Amino acid sequence: MHVRRRRPGTVKSRELCERSPEATKIPDKRKALSGTAAAQEFEQAPEPDGPAGYIHSVETGAAADGPGMRFVFFLAGCSFRCLYCHNPDTWTFGGSRPVSVRAAVAEAARYAGFLRMAGGVTLSGGDPLAQAEFAGELLRRLHDGLGLHTALDTQGFLHRKVEDRWFDALDLVLLDIKHIDPVRHRDVTGRPLQPTLDFARRLVRLGKPMWIRYVLVPGLTDDAEDIARLADTAAGLGPLVERVELLPFHQLGSHKWAGLNRPYRLAATPVPSASQIAAAAAIIRSRGLTVS
Amino acid sequence: MRSIVRDNAAGAWDAFKGGAWQTSIDVRGFIQANCTPYTGDGTFLTGPTARTLSIAERLEPLLAAERTKGVLDVSADRPSTITAHDAGYIDCEKELIVGLQTDAPLKRAIMPNGGLRMVETGLEAYGYKIAGDVHKIWSDYRKSHNTGVFDVYSPDILAARKSGIVTGLPDAYGRGRIIGDYRRVALYGVDYLRRAKQRELHELDDAVFTEEVLRQREELAEQYRALGELKQMAAKYGYDISGPAGTAREAIQWTYFGYLAAVKEQNGAAMSLGRVSTFFDIYLQRDLDRGLLTEEQAQELVDDLVIKLRIVRFLRTPEYDELFSGDPTWVTEAIGGMGEDGRTLVTRTSFRFLQTLYNLGPAPEPNLTVLWSTSLPAGFKAFAAQVSIDTSAIQYMNDDLMRPHWGDDYGIACCVSAMRIGKQMQFFGARVNLAKALLYAINGGVDEKMHAVVAEGFEPIRSDLLTWDEVMDKLEPVLDWLAATYVKALNAIHYMHDKYAYERIEMALHDRDILRTMACGIAGLSVAADSLSAIKHAKVYALRDETGLATDFRIEGEYPAYGNDDDRADSIAVWLSETFMKKVASQPHFYRGAMPTQSVLTITSNVVYGKKTGNTPDGRRDGLPFAPGANPMNGRDRKGFVASGASVAKLPYCCALDGISWTASATPDALGRDPEGRQRNLSACLDAYAGANGHHVNVNVFNREKLLHAMEHPELYPQLTVRVSGYAVNFVKLTREQQLDVISRTFHQCM
Repeated sequence: MHVRRRRPGTVKSRELCERSPEATKIPDKRKALSGTAAAQEFEQAPEPDGPAGYIHSVETGAAADGPGMRFVFFLAGCSFRCLYCHNPDTWTFGGSRPVSVRAAVAEAARYAGFLRMAGGVTLSGGDPLAQAEFAGELLRRLHDGLGLHTALDTQGFLHRKVEDRWFDALDLVLLDIKHIDPVRHRDVTGRPLQPTLDFARRLVRLGKPMWIRYVLVPGLTDDAEDIARLADTAAGLGPLVERVELLPFHQLGSHKWAGLNRPYRLAATPVPSASQIAAAAAIIRSRGLTVS
Repeated sequence: MRSIVRDNAAGAWDAFKGGAWQTSIDVRGFIQANCTPYTGDGTFLTGPTARTLSIAERLEPLLAAERTKGVLDVSADRPSTITAHDAGYIDCEKELIVGLQTDAPLKRAIMPNGGLRMVETGLEAYGYKIAGDVHKIWSDYRKSHNTGVFDVYSPDILAARKSGIVTGLPDAYGRGRIIGDYRRVALYGVDYLRRAKQRELHELDDAVFTEEVLRQREELAEQYRALGELKQMAAKYGYDISGPAGTAREAIQWTYFGYLAAVKEQNGAAMSLGRVSTFFDIYLQRDLDRGLLTEEQAQELVDDLVIKLRIVRFLRTPEYDELFSGDPTWVTEAIGGMGEDGRTLVTRTSFRFLQTLYNLGPAPEPNLTVLWSTSLPAGFKAFAAQVSIDTSAIQYMNDDLMRPHWGDDYGIACCVSAMRIGKQMQFFGARVNLAKALLYAINGGVDEKMHAVVAEGFEPIRSDLLTWDEVMDKLEPVLDWLAATYVKALNAIHYMHDKYAYERIEMALHDRDILRTMACGIAGLSVAADSLSAIKHAKVYALRDETGLATDFRIEGEYPAYGNDDDRADSIAVWLSETFMKKVASQPHFYRGAMPTQSVLTITSNVVYGKKTGNTPDGRRDGLPFAPGANPMNGRDRKGFVASGASVAKLPYCCALDGISWTASATPDALGRDPEGRQRNLSACLDAYAGANGHHVNVNVFNREKLLHAMEHPELYPQLTVRVSGYAVNFVKLTREQQLDVISRTFHQCM
């Protein structure tokens, strides 16, 4: 959890009260990186603030957003309007705080020692590609500067906004394929499917490992043939697809829709049963894919 | 009455490596010389035997009846002493380790030395009546601890108790927090221990007979007597425990007899077991090496002991049950840890104790406490993490943090309070209500619920806007008053407890010259810290009733809350802990020269404290529970449990040597997607928390039953962590009831 080893009794109350969190130093363990050119460059020059971005919230210990325990940034902004979204409060920038890249890095840096051992950092949201400049710079500093494993959770819709080298600081993509049928995809998300498929192929070309994510919603995304076609598509992308994550629909975010005055169409939709999940998983496994 | 033939009486110490432990009482030395560290995994472990299951089956209907009635039966006919009751059994033919507190399982004893009124209230609550002569003896001839304490309490103490600014004092129940070194009975046999006590007494023959020396001499005489009674008690079960144990079964039996005598004589809130698992392993390994035991039989002995530990019971009053709900006994066993020489103290029996959670099912007792070090063998870390996830029945404490203070032979009293076994005792002091102290500072010592002056001589804050400087100026003197009143009360309590309810057999299993600590405590830390943070970083206005008393507060703006790894708030929590400890330590006198310490721990009494405290400046509403121990307030941690742990870890252990308690609850998904991932992630989190100097964590991993329980008692499951991939944390903005309702709908449907 907390990286710096505090000796007991050294936190002095009122002095500390005056200190702002932005002043948190990058921890000593980075010295293990000094040797790499990137780290030396990083250490020599004081960090500029970098582009500003809108962050909805952070999670310091997430075990379901990539390998191990991860620090997750939930970025604001998404061009999709998924019927089942559990973060509709991230669709727009309202209600999110603007931060500089430097400040965002500082937040995660507090846990860098832990994260290096236990997992890494994931950018999620919303769709991080909606703030591509901010997200890219954030990934670069976390990956190159702090030596952290980085993951990106996206549907890839806006991938053409960025050049190939944007992905250099990214270890893993959690690729959300909302539906394999183009018509149904538009029903579920309001957007076309093709850019996501193009993105997947681009990741293959770039040699980027992928975890495909698919949300199983009874009555919406659970048709067996569609799942089979999804599995075929995933399998067709080759060994860079390390696994397929089947995410059962849940209602934990439903209260947010009311708060935003948006009509929520899935209030009566049941969550998938254990056997429904197992059936979907079996189809995917039958294509030789690992499912979790 | 049968008489059991001893195995290996003559060769009790055969094959043991010798050392100083043979010529003077030094259990640690024995362990250091003889233990076999184990660095493998749990694949060697075995399940329960048919015999074990049949004993458990025998008990099941009794336990079920007890759950319905509350108390199964009481021995109200006689006061409990070490020798008051005849032998009792669950199943005389089948038990391997014998001994019950009374003559029947789950039958509770009465202990009037603590207080006659308490016994009678407890009996009445369950429909029993005390025997006439017992009532007469404790009314007319024998004074009790409770009477003694109330004879000497001063009005300020009584007012503080009534208002709830100090709650849970052990003036109406046994203080506990003493761990006899029960292992000594096994290693040395009772005769050796008696001779040692005689020597300790005679060493004082030529000392100046001050009151202190005379008291010590009397205590030694009582201890000597109690050891004799211990032998008599064992004889009722057919055992002659004059000499050392010669086999593993004897070692466990002798040790248990020592513990049993303690729980016949005393009903302390916490009657902890100590650190026996590595000690037992030495005997078990010897028997295994000699072919006298199989692994299955070794596990069976541990299972049988744990069955006994799980049925320890005390008769309590309804008031007590409110404070410490769920019949807790805190039979805490410290497992694992590292030796001072760098070798691990994890043995196969460390695994065997945890295995009982599978063999006998999960249970809160004995309170299995893993002493976690980042240097623990990987096999044990993995096993412990797995057991946590499967049973939620383990708590973890930071051995790396405690070893420099207490060495490598300490046990844990109750939940979080470390002490060297046989060399230290704690004067338990419950805790003060810091949140209410802040309200007294604002209201000039007037209690916000009683509308009466409790702390004399303080001026209230008169302005409506609460400023940091003015609040701090008023708070410090109130904390001074509180510390003074509190320590006075504790001095009174422990003087009387020593006098009227002395723990003879427990202290007989200690060295003569021990360290005593005055174990103070603070409750409501996160409420007080957040209130001060609100006052400092936002604007807090006092809302006054018609008498001018501030009974509510209006907050304008936002403030950083404790639990988000934000130094602006966390530093306030640190300051509160350090400051109250300083004020306690500066009191003029501690009974018997005890060293003042402090814990940040409430157990379930956070609910009681909350009921007695009005609206607080952090926005908490009147009557709502405090967060337990050092936990952030429910819902105010918005960055996840890693950030929460980081906040808690900032509280300095050196100013809370009696322990800092954190409870974290999670659903399995919050720890990972698959069993292997979950175990690795939990291990990684524990390593990080320990590395950051976090002291203690209780890990609750939810299954369906726990979830249902959590819906009934949300206050017992703070910081429930529910994680779904890609889900942002605003879930915590719901009320707890809403959160649990939502989770329940989700989980019920897919479980």
